[in-house]
Amino acid sequence: MSNRFELRGVVAPTLMLLVMAGCGGGDGGGASSGGGGGAAMENPVNAATAGNIAGSIMFEGDAPSMDVIDMSSETVCADKHASPQMIQEVVVNSNGALANVFVYVKEGLESLQFPTPAAALLDQNGCVYLPHVLGVMVGQDITIRNSDGLLHNINASPTINRGFNSSQPVSMETTRSFRAAEVMVPLRCDVHGWMTAYIGVLDHPFHSVSNGSGAFSLSTLPPGEYVIEAWHERYGTQTQNVTVTTGETAEVNFTFSASMAQNAVVPLGAPVELHAIAEAS
Amino acid sequence: MMAVMTRWWAVAVWFAAASAALASGSLSAQDGDALGQVTYERWCAGCHGLDGTGDGPGAGYMLPRPRDFTQALYQIRTTASGDLPTDDDILAIIDRGMPGTTMPGWEALLSNDEREALVQYLKTFSRFFSADEIPQPLEFSRATRSNADVLAEGERLFREVADCAACHGDGGRGDGESSPALVDDGDFPIPAADLTENWLFNGGGEAEDIYRRLLTGLDGTPMPSLADVITAGVITDEQLWAIAHYVRSLSPDNPPGITEVVRGVLFEDAPLPSSVDDEAWDEIEGAYLPLAGQIIVMPRWFHPRVDGVWVQAAHDGETVAVRVSWSDPNNSPDPEWADWKSQVIALMQPKEGDPPDEGPTPDQLVVQFPMQMPEGMERPFFLRGDNRRPVYIWQWQSDRDGALEGEARGIGTEAFLSGGQDLTVDASHADGQWQVMFTRPLVTEDENDLDFVIGEAIPMALFAWDGDNGESGTRGAVSSWYFLFLEEATPATVFVAPALAMILTAALGFLVVGRAQKRERQSGKIKSETPNS
Repeated sequence: MSNRFELRGVVAPTLMLLVMAGCGGGDGGGASSGGGGGAAMENPVNAATAGNIAGSIMFEGDAPSMDVIDMSSETVCADKHASPQMIQEVVVNSNGALANVFVYVKEGLESLQFPTPAAALLDQNGCVYLPHVLGVMVGQDITIRNSDGLLHNINASPTINRGFNSSQPVSMETTRSFRAAEVMVPLRCDVHGWMTAYIGVLDHPFHSVSNGSGAFSLSTLPPGEYVIEAWHERYGTQTQNVTVTTGETAEVNFTFSASMAQNAVVPLGAPVELHAIAEAS
Repeated sequence: MMAVMTRWWAVAVWFAAASAALASGSLSAQDGDALGQVTYERWCAGCHGLDGTGDGPGAGYMLPRPRDFTQALYQIRTTASGDLPTDDDILAIIDRGMPGTTMPGWEALLSNDEREALVQYLKTFSRFFSADEIPQPLEFSRATRSNADVLAEGERLFREVADCAACHGDGGRGDGESSPALVDDGDFPIPAADLTENWLFNGGGEAEDIYRRLLTGLDGTPMPSLADVITAGVITDEQLWAIAHYVRSLSPDNPPGITEVVRGVLFEDAPLPSSVDDEAWDEIEGAYLPLAGQIIVMPRWFHPRVDGVWVQAAHDGETVAVRVSWSDPNNSPDPEWADWKSQVIALMQPKEGDPPDEGPTPDQLVVQFPMQMPEGMERPFFLRGDNRRPVYIWQWQSDRDGALEGEARGIGTEAFLSGGQDLTVDASHADGQWQVMFTRPLVTEDENDLDFVIGEAIPMALFAWDGDNGESGTRGAVSSWYFLFLEEATPATVFVAPALAMILTAALGFLVVGRAQKRERQSGKIKSETPNS
C-alpha cells in the first residue's frame, strides 16, 4: 500500500483524466472522482433503510480569547474583512457552541467501500483558509484555490501520507489528494504564519465539521452500531457509541472544556487503521 | 578552496557532537552488524540519533536541527515536492553535505561502500521507503543562456510574480517580511536563505542547482515548489530559468577565495570615501573574511548569524577608512524578531554561564588590532589579547551613535577610552545588510592605540553579533587574525628603473654584439688569409 499523494495537473484536462484513471486503479478501493470519467462505484448504502446522526458541540466554561490577526502587512486581505480577524484555533459563539470540530465515524463502516466524491474546495480568501477544517475521502481531489492574488504557499505536513509544499504566488488553483486515511493533516502558509487548516482524510464519506452554531450532521448511514469521534485542534478527541436505526436521526452531543487542553492528545497525522480496530474489538 | 574554508566550522561542530556521543557511550555498533549501521552509528548518530529521529547528543548545538529520517523529508532532491528522494539524491547529500548547515560532506572521508551502505540504512528509518515504489526524478529542462534581458526578467519575476522577496527580501539576504516567523518541519526557527552567498546553498549554488530547487522545493522547510505555478500557466519553464539566473547573479561570479590580506588602497589624488555609501567604495576590491561561532570561552555560541564579512580599506597617507559589510536581516533590537530571538536562546545548547540577558540586544561589530605592531610574526591572542600583548579595538553597536576605541587584555576586559576619541563611524542598514565605515588618523597623539604603519602587514581580526539572534558578550561570531596592508605610494624609481634597465640592456646588447662582430671579422680575416699562406 502506497502513501504517496498524487500530483495532478491543474489546468490540463487530459492530464487530469489520465492521472485520475491511474489513481482509481492504484487505490485498491477503485475510487474515481465523482466529477471525472470512469465507471463510478455504486454507493453501498440503501437510502430507504438508512438513518442519520446529528448533534452539536458545546464549550463549557469561559472561552479563551483569541489573538487578533495582524494583517497590516497584507492590505489586500485586511480590506476583505469587515472586522479584524481572530486566530481560528478556538471559535465559540455567544451561546457557547464550539465550531471547527471534526466529527466522523471512527468505527462501524469497515465492511463497506464508497465511491469517491467530487473535488472538495479549500479556499484561501482574505488570508484565511475557508474552511478551517475540511473532511475528504482518500483519493478525493482537493482543489486548493488562491483567491487573494498574493503569495501563499500550501505546506501540508501529514505523517501517514506524503506532504507537499506548493507555491501559489497569484490567483490560481492547485489540486492534490491523499492516498491514506489520516486524522488530521495539518496545512499552513509560511508566508502568513497565522494561516492554518486541517484536513481529515477518511476512507468513507461520513464526516462533518461543526458550524458556527456548533451543529454537525452525518446523514444516510446504514443502520448499525458506530463509534463517533469528535476532534478539536486544541482540546483533543472524544468518542461516543451510537446506534443508527432506519429513518431515525440519532442525537450525539459533545462538550469540550478549557481543562481538556492540558491533557489533550491532538492527533495530527495519527493513523486511522479502521480495519485493525475492527479486528481488535 | 572555499568549500574547505566553510567546512571547518561544520566539522568543528560535528566533532563536538561526536565527542558528546562518545562520552555518553551511546554507540552500540556490534560485530556482524551491517556496514550501513556500523558506519551510521560511528559517524552519524552523534547528531541524527541512534534511531534516526534527529535528536542525537549533538543536536542541541545545531540550528537547523539534524534531519529526522523517519518522515523521509529531504530538502535536496530531484523528485517532486513531497516525493521520496532517489538513492542518488541521498548519496549526493552525504557526499557534498549541506553547506548552509553543520552537515559536512563525507565523500573524501568514507569509502564508496560505506556511503552506499549508509543510503540504504537511512532508508530503514522510515516506513515510506518500499521496494515496490522507486522514486522517479523529474525531467529537468536544459539551462537557458543568461544575459542582461534574462536577468531583468528574472528580477521582475522574483519581486513581482513569484514574490520570492516575501521571505528572501528585496536584496535576497533573507530579510523578507515573513522571514522572522519561518519554521521548519520540526517547528524550529529557520532563516530564509541569504541568496548573496551561493557557496552556502544546501543544494549547490549554480543556476542549474537553483532551478532544481525552485522546481522541487526544499521539503521540510518553508521553501515551496514552483512546479504548480508552471503547470497553472502563470509562468513558463523559461521564466523559471530566468529566476534561477537572477538568483545566481546575486552572488559573486566565483566564491570568495581565501585571503589573508585586506589591501588598503592609496588615494593619492582623489579624496577618501566620505560616507558609508560613497560611490568611491564601489571601486575598491573587498576581501571576504569568514567568521565562526565563539566556542573557546564560556559561554560559547554555536549559532552565529554572521558567517563572514566583506572588508574594504583605503587611506590617503593621513587617514585610514575601513568599510565592513555583512548580511544581517534586521537592525536589532526589532520587535518583529523578538520571538525569533527567544526561540533561538531557548533552543541552543550549551546553557552555560549567566543566563542570556532578556533585554534588547543590539547588533555589534568589533575590529581588533594589536596595541603595538608586533615584532616578527607573534601576535596577541586572537580573543582580545592577554596581559603581555594587549589589543586595540574599534567597537560599534546599532543602538548607539558613534564608535568607541578601546583596549583589552583578554575577553571581558575591554576598557573604552573616554574622550579624545579619534575614531569616527558611519553605519547604514538596508536590504538585509549592515555597512559600517570607520575612519581614523593613521597616527594619533594618544599613546594607548595603534599607529597605522604604511607598507606593513597590520594584524586585524573581526567580531560580529546579531542581537536579535540571541548574540551578545561571548555569544557571537569571531575571526582569526588577518592583515591590513596599507599601500605605499609608488616611488619615482618605479617609473625610472624600467627605462634605465631598457637603456642599459640595449647598450649592453650593442656592446656585446659589436664585439662579437668585430671578433668575427678578425677571425674571418685570419681564415681567409690561411689558404693563401
